[in-house]
Order: sequence, then structure tokens, then C-alpha cells
Amino acid sequence: MSTTMDQVVKKAKDSFGPMFDKSLHDLVRGIRNHKDNEAKYINEAIDEIKQELKQDNMAIKANAVNKLTYLQMLGYDISWSSFNIIEVMSSNKFTFKRIGYLAASQSFHEGTDVVMLTTNMIRKDLNSSSMYEAGIAMSGLSCFINADLARDLANDIMSLMTSTKPYIRKRAVLLLYKVFLNNPDALKPAFPRLREKLEDPDPGVQAAAVNVICELARRNPKNYLALAPIFFRLMTTSANNWVLIKIIKLFGALTPLEPRLGRKLIEPLTNLIHSTSAMSLLYECINTVIAVLVSISSGLPNHNASIQLCVQKLRILIEDSDQNLKYLGLLAMSKILQTHPKSVQAHHDLIMQCLDDKDESIRLRALDLLSGMVSKKNLMEVARKLMVHMNKAEGTHYRDELLSKIIDICSQNDYQHITNFEWYVSILVELTRLEGTKHGSLISLQLLDVAVRVESIREFACHQMAVLLENAHVFIVGSNSSNIAEVLYAAAWICGEFSSYLKDPQKTLESMLNTKITLFPGHIQSVYYQNILKIITYIIITLNNNETIIKELISMSIDKMSVFLSSGDVEAQERASVILNILKSVLKLLEKHEFNVNELSGLFDGVLNPVAAKAQRKVAIPNGLDLDAWINDPPSESDEESEIKPRHFDNTHNQSLFSGDNTENYYHGSNLDSYSGDQSDSNRTKNYVEPSTEEIEEQREKRKQSEKMNPFYIKDSTKIKSLQKTEVSSTLPNNADRSQVTSSKGTIPANLQLSLADQLYRQAKIDEENRRLKKKSKSDSGSSKKGKKTSKNSELTTVDDNDDDLYPTIKVTRGGELPEGVTESGNEDNENDQPVGKNKKYDPHRALNIDLDEKPLQKMSTPPTEIQEPIAKPVENPPTIMEKQKKPKKKKAIEKEEKSSTSKSKSKRERSDYKELLSPADDEKESVVPSPSNTTAAAPPPPPPTTTTTEAKPKKKKTKEKKSTNNDNSAPLLFDMMSDDINPTSTSNQQYNEQNVYKLAAESDYLTIETSIIPTPSTAQLDVTFLLKNRTSSIIDHIDIHVIDSLSSKLLNTTSANHVSFPSISLFPYSQNYIHIYFAINDISFQQKLKTTLTYSINKSSNEIQTDTIEFKLDLPCSQYLRKKSLDPDAFAELMSSGTLTSQSNISISSSSQDFSSLINTICQTYRLTVVDKINSATSLYSETILGHPIAFLFKSTNSQNGISINGKSTETHFLSNLMEEIKNFIK
Amino acid sequence: MIKAILVFNNLAKPRLIKFFEHYSEEIQQQIVRETFLLVSKRDENVCNFLESGSLIGGNDYRLIYRHYATLYFIFCVDSSESELGILDLIQVFVETLDKCFENVCELDLIFHVDKVHYILQEICLGGMVLETNMNEIIARIDEQSKLEKQEAGITAAPTKAMTALKEMNLPQKIKDIKLPDINLRF
Repeated sequence: MSTTMDQVVKKAKDSFGPMFDKSLHDLVRGIRNHKDNEAKYINEAIDEIKQELKQDNMAIKANAVNKLTYLQMLGYDISWSSFNIIEVMSSNKFTFKRIGYLAASQSFHEGTDVVMLTTNMIRKDLNSSSMYEAGIAMSGLSCFINADLARDLANDIMSLMTSTKPYIRKRAVLLLYKVFLNNPDALKPAFPRLREKLEDPDPGVQAAAVNVICELARRNPKNYLALAPIFFRLMTTSANNWVLIKIIKLFGALTPLEPRLGRKLIEPLTNLIHSTSAMSLLYECINTVIAVLVSISSGLPNHNASIQLCVQKLRILIEDSDQNLKYLGLLAMSKILQTHPKSVQAHHDLIMQCLDDKDESIRLRALDLLSGMVSKKNLMEVARKLMVHMNKAEGTHYRDELLSKIIDICSQNDYQHITNFEWYVSILVELTRLEGTKHGSLISLQLLDVAVRVESIREFACHQMAVLLENAHVFIVGSNSSNIAEVLYAAAWICGEFSSYLKDPQKTLESMLNTKITLFPGHIQSVYYQNILKIITYIIITLNNNETIIKELISMSIDKMSVFLSSGDVEAQERASVILNILKSVLKLLEKHEFNVNELSGLFDGVLNPVAAKAQRKVAIPNGLDLDAWINDPPSESDEESEIKPRHFDNTHNQSLFSGDNTENYYHGSNLDSYSGDQSDSNRTKNYVEPSTEEIEEQREKRKQSEKMNPFYIKDSTKIKSLQKTEVSSTLPNNADRSQVTSSKGTIPANLQLSLADQLYRQAKIDEENRRLKKKSKSDSGSSKKGKKTSKNSELTTVDDNDDDLYPTIKVTRGGELPEGVTESGNEDNENDQPVGKNKKYDPHRALNIDLDEKPLQKMSTPPTEIQEPIAKPVENPPTIMEKQKKPKKKKAIEKEEKSSTSKSKSKRERSDYKELLSPADDEKESVVPSPSNTTAAAPPPPPPTTTTTEAKPKKKKTKEKKSTNNDNSAPLLFDMMSDDINPTSTSNQQYNEQNVYKLAAESDYLTIETSIIPTPSTAQLDVTFLLKNRTSSIIDHIDIHVIDSLSSKLLNTTSANHVSFPSISLFPYSQNYIHIYFAINDISFQQKLKTTLTYSINKSSNEIQTDTIEFKLDLPCSQYLRKKSLDPDAFAELMSSGTLTSQSNISISSSSQDFSSLINTICQTYRLTVVDKINSATSLYSETILGHPIAFLFKSTNSQNGISINGKSTETHFLSNLMEEIKNFIK
Repeated sequence: MIKAILVFNNLAKPRLIKFFEHYSEEIQQQIVRETFLLVSKRDENVCNFLESGSLIGGNDYRLIYRHYATLYFIFCVDSSESELGILDLIQVFVETLDKCFENVCELDLIFHVDKVHYILQEICLGGMVLETNMNEIIARIDEQSKLEKQEAGITAAPTKAMTALKEMNLPQKIKDIKLPDINLRF
């Protein structure tokens, strides 16, 4: 006995003793106990696991895999164990299987090749009698499904949707979405069944179906519009908040496409908003109502009421103590703000409160909102409050955020809301007192911008800046932690440029000279030196040739300037010395009594104007400069010329160039000798060459030259000046007051400054009140004069609207200068730039953009009949004979196919639902609109509804016509249902066009064939869609296509050799349908014309069947081998420089009918090219062939008559040249 | 769609990682770290939503999280999910864990991460919400545990055997084990 027992124990130990000392529990504990050398411990554990996996015992393997799953979470790659995982998955024990599937779901992915082995195993598990086995299989599959699995298992998953157990049904429904993503072809045949699940008795399954359809519809809403009635019914009946939220979100996506839907939604949504206690549902309702209101901007009877409701409810959310609700409330508020800023502005107090919130994300959201809420009326107040917040705010990040927001708010739309620029400048000055801010340069830029753009503010700005300059030493101290010293850049420049406004230029000059400027960054120093000279010039002008004082001034300046020669910054030093020497020359001339002020002031002639943001881009490219030249080529000569010449003048060259221009007397070049002898006091080294008179002259000429080139300067200054003087200058009422304020400012330094903005603010408020009073009295008298026309009902709104009149209009030079002969052209450049970035990433949902009303390929036993209905239903206008012929035929057809008739009746029911759903809206509209609205009634009444019916007819006809060409089926279907007042969204149509362009291929008396070719998602295949239109009054069926294979193409899915037949497809009288055939393509070099024969049977009314054939050539031009593929510019550049694109081809076309950009658009659409990059008149495009060859194009517009040159590169020579030929013909 | 579900503790140690889109293990760990940095610096009593990090998602994605004692539960979702709904879902998830583990604490998650996964599998599938009713979820979990126990009668035998062997004082114990099962081949 004991021996046998020992044997047993030994046997047990031998077989799995050492392996079994670690369960998952042990492993976890072990890792926790080995914190110091965790990696080592885990590596040992992995070694053990590898041993365990070699065992035959499934329990041991499962345990090992379970441990691996844990290690995977810790970041260890376990892909090496894929095969073992599959072994465990295949166990027939639920426990192990579950472990296996979990491991698989965590570690398998599309790239795991062993997954291919699992298809049959998974199928077995899916169909297992144990619902939990099927459940874990589906959970796992949802994680690692790939295209192959999706294709092979689609049918199994479909049949699981009809399982008796809801547990399985709902999983199958959700899994189906993953199937669609990986195998878009499955969507069409599966969709009807999926739709049935929307009405599944089990709420869980129903929720799953809603979930899946919402996911699908979110990406391609257009295709799901037809489901709106079902969803509407669900929305009004379902009590499941999860389902409701999904549906409501879906409606939010659908309403932009279908305004009528939105109108109908408002009421139930409003009811929900009132009734629900679930905050999540309330929030989504509000969101969708907002979406509806945005899509129907007007014409809704209770539009304002709805907005008010939303805003009120949001206010409740924001006021809630729950931070989450507060956050979401603000988020939704910002959506309303975009379209209805006024409604949000009413809650401006609340949003200001949120700025105090302890949660930074809430504060930032509130800030976002604020910028959209300001108006002329409240800007000052808002900014003032922000200033208060800023002083209280903790943390530099948030404070900086506030600062930039203040500037953002004030400067938006070129200072649209600013009525008092004195106030703004003083705010900016106040902001400079903020410690440690990073936004010094931002403030500086604002000061400059305001001073340049607003002429009337220059005087005030000058005074303020002078104060700043006097206190410049303050900024030296703080300069370490922040860059606030940047404002001195603006201050110095403004004081210099507008020195004529300086109150006490002498004093300003002194304070500038006395500052330890060399402690500032170089660019600030440079500006200082330059502007010191400007101020000196101005002072000299004002001194009226009082030479003694001038001399005094200059020698004082020279004294102080000499210090600056020691500046550490190269450019600053250079400028200092140039200016110093100019001053010295002036001094010398003065002594000789030859000085003329004009010579000095000539240096600073000219007026500065703002430059438009796009000016640089609009600068015409000089002739001969080729911006599109390949990067590796040497730069063209013209480039060098324009840049280098002005810099490297040597003296002789210079004289020959400019001597002719020197008609005026400048320095006359007479005193060269004495000048050079005067260098003793200069501390320059030898190699420093003092500027000679020529050089100074040259400088001035250079300056003139650069003025010419510089878009900041306008040559004809007088003209501009006169122009600007005619501009309305600030009509500030209290000139005396203001000057008092400012003069006091001039003497009282920094610390009192703080109150200036407030003073101005108060002043502005008083002014505003005065104006309001004035206006009121005026308008009172005015209205009495005008009499009846100024009606009572407009009173409420007019007061509001005309508020803007209360504010003085101050001329702001908006926009800016552009190069000559160029006009502002909207945003087109930017718009064209954008899509490239968007297309970067491949979106799997694009493949799911499938028109679900289209006739399915082959499988579907119940063809959805929606497609026939709108076509069979005659347009009301055409002769009735046709209709009479048709109707009985149609009945017959329905008798023939019972199945289809049932589904038809179903769809009919839905439609009638939809009508029901929509018609009350009309009643409502009719009943509401005519009644005179006694409230605000600001909006003009919508067009009389009675006319809509008559209007609708021609519209309807139009959609019909469109459909026949566009293959746009789902939309017309819906349009038919609600034929009044619909605006089909042109964008979606366009999108559609892009995808399927049908070309007439052949026609007979009975049938028209149009074709469209698109590449399939799998490589090297083309999907040729035939749009067949029955031109007879009989049913056409038994369609069979015969295509003779060529060397490079092969017909796929054939039913017999070279034949594809479509037994299930029949064409009803005058209807159309689609059939798809697929080709495998193995060579793309040449265009192909495939001999195609289409055979079909016509079921004549006399019960005889006539067979007919159409023979035609199916044209597969090279361009159809292209597949849309986007590439980001970097990758593109890399490709171009890699040298892989060996073949090249060029063509140029002297003239084309379209302008360049629209041509590019059409070419992109027609040839499935995507724009990679766009520079002015050149565009690079990219695409790939279905075999994966890259194709790159460079389109350049040559100047004359829309001429174009095209440069193509690819790896395929023949293909490229053929394609180019095609494009050439296309453009011509 | 839910893109990822992460559970980690206050020290950024992952306790559960579920991605509904493939990322390599390395990236997964980076995402955990990045998410931890984003979440851990937030105070209590601030809102539970934040813009997602750079590694996962994009503009359309947000992180919705809840912090319970030592654990963060984070869902990365796109705009098709309701923020408040997901917050509730996290609550359902945690309450379910609480019921299943009887006063759940971090240790339960540490030692039974597999079980946590199975619970999660009852709540979502492929990134979509599957079931939100806690009773239903618990009922299903219990049934599966029962199934597991039934099988354990046979398959867990080796484990029991080893436990027995490890602490073998009485040779008698071995008798209770169904010996033929030990060498059961699968």
C-alpha cells in the first residue's frame, strides 16, 4: 500500500510537480515579493511558463496562458505564445476556453497570422449549445476579428441574431458592427436583419441594435435617413435611457441633413427636457435641440422659446454643485453661443462666476465662452472683471491664460468691440505690471498694432509709452522671470515713430538715453537706438534752426550714445554706431553751418501701414523665379540677384547706380578729409570703417530702396496721409477730460497708472449714458415725426439692435496692404489647404458608406423594394397613358414575388408613419404662422405655407431628374415622402458624385447600360457597377454578362467560364437596378477595352419571353486603376527624393477652360488623386494604383490663359504616359 | 464607442487594461503612464472629464474617469457616448465588482484580474455597451462561475492534488482524489 502511494506521489511530482508550484495567484504574489528584481523574477516565470506550455496537460497549459495574460498587462509581449493560446481556446472545457479567449482578446490583433487557423474552431464555438461558450467566443472575436474572419464568419454571426436567447442575440448584433468594419460588403445583406432587431422584444437586443445603427449612421448619416421614422417611434416609446441617449444623439447627426426632421423633433425633445429626471438624458436632449436649432436657423415658430428653454436648463446645470454638470453645461453653452450669442450673453454673470471655480478645466471652459460673448456694450466690463480675476488668480499658467484671453477678446475681429481705444491702451499698459508673465511680446504686438491701425489713438498711446519709457528701469529688474521688457520695444518704437505727438520729447529722449539699455535683449536695444534718432530728428525740426540748442542736444546725445557702443548684441552695436556717426556728421555740418534739417528728417519719411495677413502669399513671383524647382537643384540666379545685391554694394557699384538720382544736395561729398581726421574721440578699432558720406548716402538710398520693397511703406506718402485724414477720427466727447487725465499721467509715474483704465471705464460709462439719453430724446422726437411707420412691436428689438449707434465709431484700419494688383480673396487658400490634413488617416468607416436602399449583390432573397417605388410611381405631370400601362404590370410583379411585397408593405407602413410624423408639423406651421405674433416678432414671417404644395411639384421633378443621373436613391425616397419644402443638401450629393460617376456604356431599345468603375478595398481588383435602366414596360430579368478575359484582367465570381449571371435580379418597368462585376487586374500599363456581352430576357405582356443581347466594349482606362490614397507632405517629399519614382513624364497645355484651382478639384475627383501640398500656382497630387504603385503629379499653372504644365512621376512608365495622355485629353 | 478601459492605482500600477483597438504592449504601457499623469494631478471634486492624451484618440476622444480609494477607473470614449452615461457605467462596473468580490478592494483586482475581465465582458463587447443592468450582469457571472465549479470537479483536480501534495501529512488525503483524472489527457 505504502509503496503504491509513494509511487503515485512520485508520479504526480514527476509529471507536473515543479510546474505546478505557481498559479496566477502565486505569480502575482511572487512579483509583489520581488519588488527589487521584478524583471528578473518575471523572466524566470516566463521560462517556467514556456516549460508548462510544452506539457500535454490542458490544465497546465491553461494555467500558463492565464499567467501570460497577466504578464501582458504588465507590458510583456506574449505574441510568441499565440499558438498555445489557440490550443487552450480549443479546449472543450468552458473554464479553459474562457482563459484562452481572454488571452486571445488581449494579445491577438489583425497581424496575428495564426488567427487564420481558428476560423473553424470559432465557428464551432459560436454555434455551441452552451450560450456562455458562444458568449466568450463572441467577446473574444470582437477584439481580434480581421477581414478574413469577418468574411468567413459573417453568416454564422448573422444566424446567431435569430437565436432564441437574447444573451446571444445582443452579442451577435454588436459583433456585427465589428464584422462590418472589417468586411464592408457584409453590411448590405445584413442590414435588413439588423433593422428588424430594432424591434426585438428584448430591450437589451433592441439597445444593441440601436447602438450599432447609431455607430454606422454617425459616420454616414445620409444612408440612414430612411430609418428616422423607426427611431422616432422608439424615441417616443422607449423608457431605456441608454437607448434614448443613443437615438437622440443620432438625431443630432441626422438633422443637418433633413431640416424637416429637426422641426418634428423639437416638440418631443422639449417634452423630454421637461419630464426627464436623468441628467444624462436631459443633457443629450439639449444638445440635439441645439443641433436642430443650428440646422434650422429660422422659420421655426417657437425657435426663440426653444433656445430660451435650452439656455435656462443649461443654467441649471451650470449652477449645480456637481462639477461634471457644470462642465457639460458650459460645453453645451458654447455650442449655442456660435449661433445665438445674445441668448448666452444674458447669462454672462453666471459665466463670470465660473471663472472663480476651483476646477481649472471649468475656468478654462468659461473663458472660452467669454470671448464669444463680448459685445461693444459689455467688453469693458468683461475685461475689467478679467483683470480683477487676474490679480487674484493663483498660478502663472492660469494667469497667463487670462492675460492672453483678455487680449484675445479685445482684439478679435480687428478690435470690433472696442469703442474706446484709450481704455484699451491703458489696459495694455496695466497688463505690463503683471509679474512673471510670458506674454510680454503679445502685449507689445498689441500696442504696436493698435498704434498703427488706429490713427486717433496715437497721441494717447505716445503719452502712455513715454511714461513707460521713463520707468523703463522697472522692467530691467523683472526681466529674468518674464519677458515683459518686450513692451519697451513697442514703447520705444511708438514714441519714435509718432514723436510728433510727444508732449515733452526732450524728456522722453533723456529718459531713453539714461536707461541702461544694454541690459535689454538685442532687438529692444536696436529699436531704442533707431528711435532715439527719430526723436532727435523731431526735436531738431521743432527747434527751428536754433543752432546752439541743437548743438547742445546733439552733443549730449553723442555723449550718451557712446556708452551703447559697448552693447553685446551685434546688430544693436552696429545700429548704435551708425546712429552715433550720423549724429557726429550732423554736428560737424552744424559747425559749418551747412546743416539742413530735411536731410535728417528725410531718413524717416513715409507712413507705416499694416500688412494684410496674406500679403506674403500674394506677392507675385518674379519672372524667372521658379519656386517649384526641385529642392536639390541649385537656386536660380534671379533669386540671388534680388536678395544679395542690395546688401553687397561696393562703393563704385553704388555710385554708378545712384549718382544719377542724387539731384538734391545732401552731404556734397566735400568734407571727406576733415571728417576722417575727426575720429580721435571714437573708441573704434582700426578695422572699423567709419561711414563716409557716401555710405550715409548709400544708407539712405538703401532705405529708400527697402521702402520700395517693404510692404510696410508706401512710396507716395502724401496721398495716403490725405486719405487717412479723411477717415473719421475718434469722436471722443470729452477731450478736455481726457487730456486732463493724460496730462496728470504724464507726471505721475507707474503706481497711479492702475486707476487709469478704471477712470476711463467710468468715463465711458457716463458717456454712454449721456448718449443713450440723448438718443432717446432724439428717437422720441424722430418717431413722432415719422409717425406710424416705426411700429410698436419693433420697439423691443430696435432698442437692442441700435445700441451700437451709441458708441463712437473709431476708424480702425482693418485688414492690411496687399501687393499691387492683388485683391483679398476670402479664405479660399486656407480652405483648400485643410482637406489634405483631414484625409491623412484612413478611416475604415468610409468603406461603410453604402447606400442601403440599393439593390444587394446576390445573396438577398428579399430585395428591398424601396428602390422601385419612387421610380414606378410616376411623376404627376407626364402623360397618364404611361401610368395606366404600368400599374397592372406592377401588380403582377408583386404577385410574383410575395416576399418582396411583404417587405414593401412594411416599408409603406413606415413611410406612412413618417408622413404622420411630419404632417402635423405642417398643421402647426400653418396654424402658428398666420396668427400675428404678439411677442417680439422680430423675424420676418416665413414664406406662406400654402404655396409650398405648388412649389413642391417642380422641385420634386427636379429630384427625379437628378436621381436618374446621380444614382442618388435614398434621398429621393425620403423626398418623395415629404415632397414639400425640402432642400436637398448639395454637399452630400456632391460627395456621392465623387464616388460613383456613371457613364453611358451602351443602350438598346429596351435597356440602357451605364457603368461606373471603382477599385475594391482589396488590392488589384476593380468593381464595375452597371446601372441598368429598363426602358420597356415589361419586366427584364435573367441578366447574364459575358466578358472575355484579357491578358491583364480576369472576370471574378463567374458562374460559368467568363460568365456572370444574375438570376435574382429583375428590372421592373422603367426602373433601374445595379449589378456589380469584379475584375482581377494583374497589369495596369495599358488601357483596356473588354468585349462585353449582356444578355437578358424581356417578359412581354403576351407571356412570351424575348431574349436580347447588347454587345459593347467595356472601357477600362488607365485612370480607373487609381485608388484614392492620401499622403502627408513629409512622406511625399521623402518619396520624391528617394529616387524610387524612376519614370517621368511631362506635358504642358497652353490653355484650358477652367481656372487652376477648380481644374485641380475636378481632376482630383475624376482621377482619384489627392492633393498633397499646394503652393500658390503649383499643386502636388498623389495617388496609388490598385497594384500599389505610387503616382505623383506636380501641376503648375503657367501664366497665360490658364495654361498648365504637368509633371508626373511613377514607377510604371507605360501607365504614367497613358494616364498623362488621358489627363491631357480631359483638360483640353 | 469605448476605445479603452484602464484601471490603475494611485502609483500608476495597471490593474486592468482593455483596449478595443490594437496597440502594442509598449504603447499600452505608455498610454497608461500618460493617462496616469493626466488624471493624477487633478484634485478631488473637480469634473471627471478631460481631453484625452496624445497617444490615444484624437479630438473626438475624451477620458472619463472615476477615482475610488486607491484605484482610478478610466474610460476613453469618443463623442458617440454620453459622458454622464459612461460615468454611470463606471459606477455599474464598480458596484458589480463590489457584489462579485464582496467588498471589493484593490487586492481583489490584483489577484483576480481574469475574473474582472470576465465581468467586464458582460458589460461591454467590442467597445460597445452590452448590458447596464447590474442584476443581469451578476446573474450571468454567477452562472458562469457555477459552470466553472462544475468543471472544477474534474479539471481542477490537479491543482487540488498539488495543494494536497504540498501539505501532505496524511497519505489518506490522496485517496480522496480521483486518481484517474490526474493523468487525464486533453
